[in-house]
Amino acid sequence: MQITLNVNGVSRALDLDTRVTLLDALRHHLRLTGSKKGCDHGQCGACTVLANGRRINACLSLAVMHDGDAITTVEGLHEADGAGLQQAVIDHDGFQCGYCTPGQLCSAIGMLDELAQGWPSHASDGLEGPFTLTQAEIAERMSGNLCRCSCYPGINAAIRDAAKTGTGATEAAE
Amino acid sequence: MTITLKVDGKSPDRIPDMKQGLVGTEIARPEGPLKVTGQAPYAAEDLPEGCAFGTLVRAPRWGKVNLRNEERLAAMPGVLSVLRDPAMIRRTAQGGAGKAPAQGMDEADFAGQSVALIVAESFEVARDAARAAVVAVDGPAPAVDPDQQETEGEPDSHGDLEAAMRGAAHALDVTYTTPSMAAAAMEPHAAVAWWDGDGVTVRTSLQMLKHNRKELADCLGIDPSRVRVLSPYVGGGFGSKLGVSPEAVAAALAAKTLGRPVCVVQERRQVFELVNRRSESRQRIRLAADEDGRLVGLGHEALVSNLPDEGFSEPVTQASHFAYAAENRLIGNRVARVRRPNAGSVRAPGEAIGVTAFECAMDELASALDLDPIALRLRNIPDAHPETGQPFSSHKLAQVLTEGAERFGWQDRDPAPRQRREGEWWIGTGVSAAFRVNLLTEAEARITLTSDGARVDTDMTDIGTGTYAILTQIAGEALGLPQGRVTVRLGDTDLPPGSGSGGSFGAASTGSAVWLAALDLRQQLATRLGCDEADLTLQDGEARVANTRQPITEILKGDTLTGHGHVQKGEAAQKVRQATYGAHFAEAAVNDVTGEVRVRRMLGSFAAGRILNPRTARSQCHGGMTWGIGMALTEGLVFDRRDGHVVNRDLAEYHVPVNADVPPLDVHFVDEHDPWTGPLLAKGIGELAICGAGAAVLNAVHHACGVRIRDWPATPDKVLAGLDGWPVPATAGSD
Repeated sequence: MQITLNVNGVSRALDLDTRVTLLDALRHHLRLTGSKKGCDHGQCGACTVLANGRRINACLSLAVMHDGDAITTVEGLHEADGAGLQQAVIDHDGFQCGYCTPGQLCSAIGMLDELAQGWPSHASDGLEGPFTLTQAEIAERMSGNLCRCSCYPGINAAIRDAAKTGTGATEAAE
Repeated sequence: MTITLKVDGKSPDRIPDMKQGLVGTEIARPEGPLKVTGQAPYAAEDLPEGCAFGTLVRAPRWGKVNLRNEERLAAMPGVLSVLRDPAMIRRTAQGGAGKAPAQGMDEADFAGQSVALIVAESFEVARDAARAAVVAVDGPAPAVDPDQQETEGEPDSHGDLEAAMRGAAHALDVTYTTPSMAAAAMEPHAAVAWWDGDGVTVRTSLQMLKHNRKELADCLGIDPSRVRVLSPYVGGGFGSKLGVSPEAVAAALAAKTLGRPVCVVQERRQVFELVNRRSESRQRIRLAADEDGRLVGLGHEALVSNLPDEGFSEPVTQASHFAYAAENRLIGNRVARVRRPNAGSVRAPGEAIGVTAFECAMDELASALDLDPIALRLRNIPDAHPETGQPFSSHKLAQVLTEGAERFGWQDRDPAPRQRREGEWWIGTGVSAAFRVNLLTEAEARITLTSDGARVDTDMTDIGTGTYAILTQIAGEALGLPQGRVTVRLGDTDLPPGSGSGGSFGAASTGSAVWLAALDLRQQLATRLGCDEADLTLQDGEARVANTRQPITEILKGDTLTGHGHVQKGEAAQKVRQATYGAHFAEAAVNDVTGEVRVRRMLGSFAAGRILNPRTARSQCHGGMTWGIGMALTEGLVFDRRDGHVVNRDLAEYHVPVNADVPPLDVHFVDEHDPWTGPLLAKGIGELAICGAGAAVLNAVHHACGVRIRDWPATPDKVLAGLDGWPVPATAGSD
């Protein structure tokens, strides 16, 4: 089936088996292997990308469902407000093996945008925003991205930093 | 030339004489920019042109295997091959094996073993064909329950523990059971293989390449010189990638058969079965103490399991031999042979569960004695190895406990349980000691020095541990070069054989080899300058001797110098007992209504020799402490009682800690330079922090609500059952 994906600002035409997931379209067909396959079941979050600005598990979505969509992967994150977060993750040692890192980064950018839009989480006091970026909010909203090296302290510190300096998608207050 | 050092005794500390100031500082990981932009290539990435995809087929139980629809599978559109080569392996090799594990696809040793590889033009076709495979297995009902089997092995005995227990003022006899656990590294095991003539290159995700090369060669029946293994980036290992695993051998064989590159990635559910697990354990712990809490008897007996013929037996009691003084001792392992997936090394094999259970028992004894649990431990620190009489190379348990206690705020603690309540939550704190043996193993490294800077070459791996960072620091320190003028190449068997990553020996072993290679280069520079190497100061690319200074590039005169370092384990390992020590502190909240446990904060205090890079060391400690939370509260493989298969073989059912499970973690390093561990005076850190961490959590649970959980993990159902025995608190109704 023929589709077009707009990946990191570049239009890419693809002719795909309908069984190909968005993740495998990126990794096998576009050779963008920054998005990782940790479980292929939507359980680990390593494949998180932004589809039209929203974070999704690319392994749980068939590529043919995304005809015409704008997909942002870790390779394009610096042009999607991600550069500050990427540097903050290095500064706070928010990674060890690095395999979950692209998913953490894309997820964090999507998460900060959700927070800015006033979406509630399990850790929120109520259903109506605005919500502040507390430790509990970050931890709750980032719990779909596993890190077996357990770099959560560094990841969370980096997200706080990036949000503070406005290099994330929002300027949520502490 | 090569500088070779066999570590037979103490090493002088030369790092204070070096002036670059890199060792011991918090440099950022040099590979960071690649990892945060998705440019670091892991195993199943940067695929060669024409690469085919393979998926392993799973046996549903143990026994004789019959792939019933092989012809139909082979005829599926897009399928290139159904491979059942007798060289394919049935188990993942144990760490350091250096030879093939059991081979052949006609039998399945356990439910979940791979019995065929289907190769296709696309991943989707290979995956769907593997799903369509009909695998029949014939055989009697398997033995799967370790408690129902004959066992091998007997504990070591010193003195008379039974008599000590009978005569002691206080005697504790408790049994802890711990479930099997999975390493669950984020990157699934994967391999891409291609042949060039009679030589094969396998890009894979493994930890110890010099051994993996031999294992692959033995599997394939070729000389190791014809096998090249590449693992420049490894997406987590934790022991699960020590030995070669089925997908790598299958990919190499398929690539040969098809004459084109083949990529095989284990599906996540396969990783849970094909990769070596941490054995479950049943641990009987006996403690006999006098009136003052001094141990007179100490028993630690463990039952673990493995497949028939496997040499590995989870060394549960490894640290119990030296952790505490007591005259009468009975310590050791028994192993039961069962048809569960292969058991092997997972982060801190032995101590991870052994120290943790033992430290829970120590907490029980402290409660029985009405003694502060830190005081109990301080009272029982041995002066020398209690069984061999070996001196300790360095012993910092007292210091890590007292410094940790001060930082955590332990002194204000009311020792009685069930004293602090917030709403429906009981709050408590717990402590544990941490012990882990320290190891050094053979390693080689080469440094090439040119006017551009230094390049470090070794087949060592960085599995997230910070190898790229610390080897940069060590080379830069000795050669007087800033971080930006040192590059490190890893994960390629064409480079000198390092130690590999395992047993927390990587930094001290391969780091020492790099250090020796740098000393070799310093010697060569000194010769060119006509001075003694010891009189040479190298800093910021300049050489200083007495009152003269000269850029290193001028000394090189356009030449390329090469230094080689080679470190070997020597008699120091026998002369002294080397170990690392730690103390864990945790605050836990236990919900009186639901039985849920939340860890509120943790502090780890560690002594692990010279800390080469506090930033990467701290991150490893965060990891170990978090694994302790998982061990205490959520992790455990469940085996089917009929066929032994792993029931919860994915990340939705096997619960590793997520972000919201992990509270703020504080890490404190106690200053220690251990001269017995090699020229860097450094020790391993990657495993220490998991040893005992779960005990601090479980001891905090007891302190919070009065419930001892001796069957891990402490899931809400077990906590609730324990809470049932207590009266409903008077305040409960008003919360």
